[in-house]
Amino acid sequence: MTGNPASKNAVSTTNACKLCTPLGASLAFKGVEGAVPFLHGSQGCATYMRRYIISHFREPIDIASSALGEKHAVYGGGPNLKKGILNVMKKYSPSLVGVASTCLTETIGDDMGLILHEFRNDFGDLDLPDVVHVSTPSYQGTHSDGFNRAVHALVDQLADPEAAKSERVALFPGMVSPADIRLLKDIFREYGLTPTVLPDISETLDGPALEDYEPVASGGTPVSEIKALSGAAASVEFGSCLPKDSAGLCLEKRFGIENDRLRIPLGIRGADALHDVLCELSGLECMPRRYKLERGRLVDAYVDGHKYVFGKRAVVYGEENLVVALTAFLAEIGVQPVLVGTGAEGKGIAASIEAACEGVLPELPLVREGVDFHDIAEEAETMSPELVLGNSKGQRYARAWNAPLIRVGFPIHDRFGGQRLKTVSYEGTQELYDRIVNALIEKKQSDSPVGWGYI
Amino acid sequence: MHGPVGCAAYTWDIRGALSSGRELHRLSFTTDLREKDIIFGGEPKLEAALMELIERHEPKAAFVYSTCIVGLIGDDLEAVCRKVADKTGIPVLPVQSEGFKGSKREGYLAACNAMFRLVGTADVSDIPELSVNIFGDFNIAGETWIIKEYLERMGLTVVASVTGDGRVDDLRRSHGASLNMVQCSGATLDLAKMIEEKYGKPHCRVSWLGIEDMADSLYKVAEFFADKDPEIMARTTELVRSELEGILPGLARYRKDLEGKKAAVYVGGAFKAFSLIKSFRHLGMEVAVVGSQTGTAEDYAELAEVTDPGTIIVDDANPLELQEFIKEKDVDVFVGGVKERPIAFKLGVGFCDHNHERKIPLEGFVGMLNFAKEVHASVMSPVWNFVPRREKRHRNAGKECSHDR
Repeated sequence: MTGNPASKNAVSTTNACKLCTPLGASLAFKGVEGAVPFLHGSQGCATYMRRYIISHFREPIDIASSALGEKHAVYGGGPNLKKGILNVMKKYSPSLVGVASTCLTETIGDDMGLILHEFRNDFGDLDLPDVVHVSTPSYQGTHSDGFNRAVHALVDQLADPEAAKSERVALFPGMVSPADIRLLKDIFREYGLTPTVLPDISETLDGPALEDYEPVASGGTPVSEIKALSGAAASVEFGSCLPKDSAGLCLEKRFGIENDRLRIPLGIRGADALHDVLCELSGLECMPRRYKLERGRLVDAYVDGHKYVFGKRAVVYGEENLVVALTAFLAEIGVQPVLVGTGAEGKGIAASIEAACEGVLPELPLVREGVDFHDIAEEAETMSPELVLGNSKGQRYARAWNAPLIRVGFPIHDRFGGQRLKTVSYEGTQELYDRIVNALIEKKQSDSPVGWGYI
Repeated sequence: MHGPVGCAAYTWDIRGALSSGRELHRLSFTTDLREKDIIFGGEPKLEAALMELIERHEPKAAFVYSTCIVGLIGDDLEAVCRKVADKTGIPVLPVQSEGFKGSKREGYLAACNAMFRLVGTADVSDIPELSVNIFGDFNIAGETWIIKEYLERMGLTVVASVTGDGRVDDLRRSHGASLNMVQCSGATLDLAKMIEEKYGKPHCRVSWLGIEDMADSLYKVAEFFADKDPEIMARTTELVRSELEGILPGLARYRKDLEGKKAAVYVGGAFKAFSLIKSFRHLGMEVAVVGSQTGTAEDYAELAEVTDPGTIIVDDANPLELQEFIKEKDVDVFVGGVKERPIAFKLGVGFCDHNHERKIPLEGFVGMLNFAKEVHASVMSPVWNFVPRREKRHRNAGKECSHDR
């Protein structure tokens, strides 16, 4: 049943299953120390995206804007972009300004590279922050593309060819949660490795209560570490559907740094692949005891819970790299993914899923690319889903199917703590597995007239 | 939404506006323009999308929003809308709301222009003299229903509510109502003025927030109709009295806890700030900091007059300044927009939502009680004992450590 990547049934889109590219770029720039994301376009883009991101992370988040008006749309937005960066410098004293274009400025043909070159010439006497720019018209790709392009731009535009060789390992984790990043940093350190995680939203988008307001939240990847990435010992990047010009491949191509591309390390096989790479990079013969134990406990839990989940028909939707990892995970616990939907298209998602499920899933799910929730619902109608995995935007559909929705990924707007959900390594897998088993048990219990005390 | 995906995605179901009928407003429709549409034009896609959606949902009318990109590539929204209207037989109305054309004020005007095309297209002969329209209320958590019920008890017929729980058929005959009540938010003031100019129906500004403003607004409306219905003032007085009776015991209970606590108010317009100052006074609370983003010199003079001496009055402050004031006055709760909430929480200050995301009604007399409950739930929480700005007091001197591990 795999394949059928044909796009939506309808011309119109109802309840999109994707977000726009500049949002992804803004998220990525939020993970750089002292960075302010800056959208070159009209004010509304920044205001709405900011609000959307805040509702997930519950943190103060600023996104600057060149706030173009009608006049600029006609004569070009260059002057406003320069003025905007100067304003941002005054207000935030940033170490980096991450400029992402929007459909407006892409369509009027603003050449950001040229404008920023002029900016550096015009104001060279000032103590300028680093300025990285990325092309993110909203009519091209999804938020996932915007995110990946921004990470690539950071590496490509900042990496210093003269940087000294170091023992650091670059990690490009993709769109995982702040809690995931904290976990990954711990794991790398446990192996004796020193990671540079880019972007690192672990503190910037999940910070502590403060006494004094910080115009730019503390934390994030230091710009100096990004510049030094060209001397890294190796790099690891997560994602099954990454573009050819990913950050990891950029380091490989330009500086000969070996890059390992892994699926988001969810599930035993996914996590094993990560730990294998870490063993190799660290020179350890086998993984540290604590992870052996974690893995063992996870296998034990798989066994304890297998009957609650076996054969349940699941619908999975959302960002392409996450849906591949989720589907591979569901396959290995005995859940039957019946439908996988994503707003992204042309990324070989079906093939990635097939490869990731090889040997554990006799019947592959229907994979639909470029779809909205209307399409997903239409497809799912005859599939009687019993379990749904994805961000919070499919809530009304899961409710209509009377199937529990396991919220995972971004955004989670209707629950608490989305920034602290984990999906990586054995620990993240355990957390997600427990949530799935409990959701199915809770459903069984609440649907039953008996209300068993033991289940 | 005729545009790329983001414009529709970020506005999908973001309001707590309730409907007594269908829930089309909770869905997000877009043409999701792609690169090839930008190059070759988005008109064919828009037409096909509209035909498809109108057939699927059979709405009474369709509003088609223009976005930045549509303004640039020059799609003729008007022409596509006309064509689809001819084919489907329903009004299909363009809303010229390109993002770069201005602030949300221009957006309000664009929407009012579109809605005004519906006004005057239905029979109004059965509308009684004692009739009103509710403008500028969005039925957040059912607020329009609360107001509507008050007005009906006063003996008035509500013809249209715009846009909370609004109906196309009601909008068509909204010019038949004798008075348009426009809530202080500027969203629908333009529409009221258009109706006034063309149909001679006057409007008045009202506010449904807080006891005084709520009562004043109802009295204002009663006065308007007093010569047509001599009893209306008595009915209104009775309504206000019975509603107040209903909420005062509850308010007193909250007041017991809240007496002497301090609030900071930072809202968009000064009008709302006045309303909130009065509301806090009912709770025995002091407004220690007050400000607005758009207040005029006169507004600030008036604020100085109605607040207690020593109150900090701020004009368009940045977060750092707000923080200084919050610390200086040691405030217990902050009232502001969505933008201020994460800042308040990060600094460990209670917060009361006063925006379109809210899920509890704050309008009407019952809204005052809900407001008290909201403030109470935030101010009285024990969690503030642990936030950095307060925790220090509970620590023994010298126990603080300055090293950073």
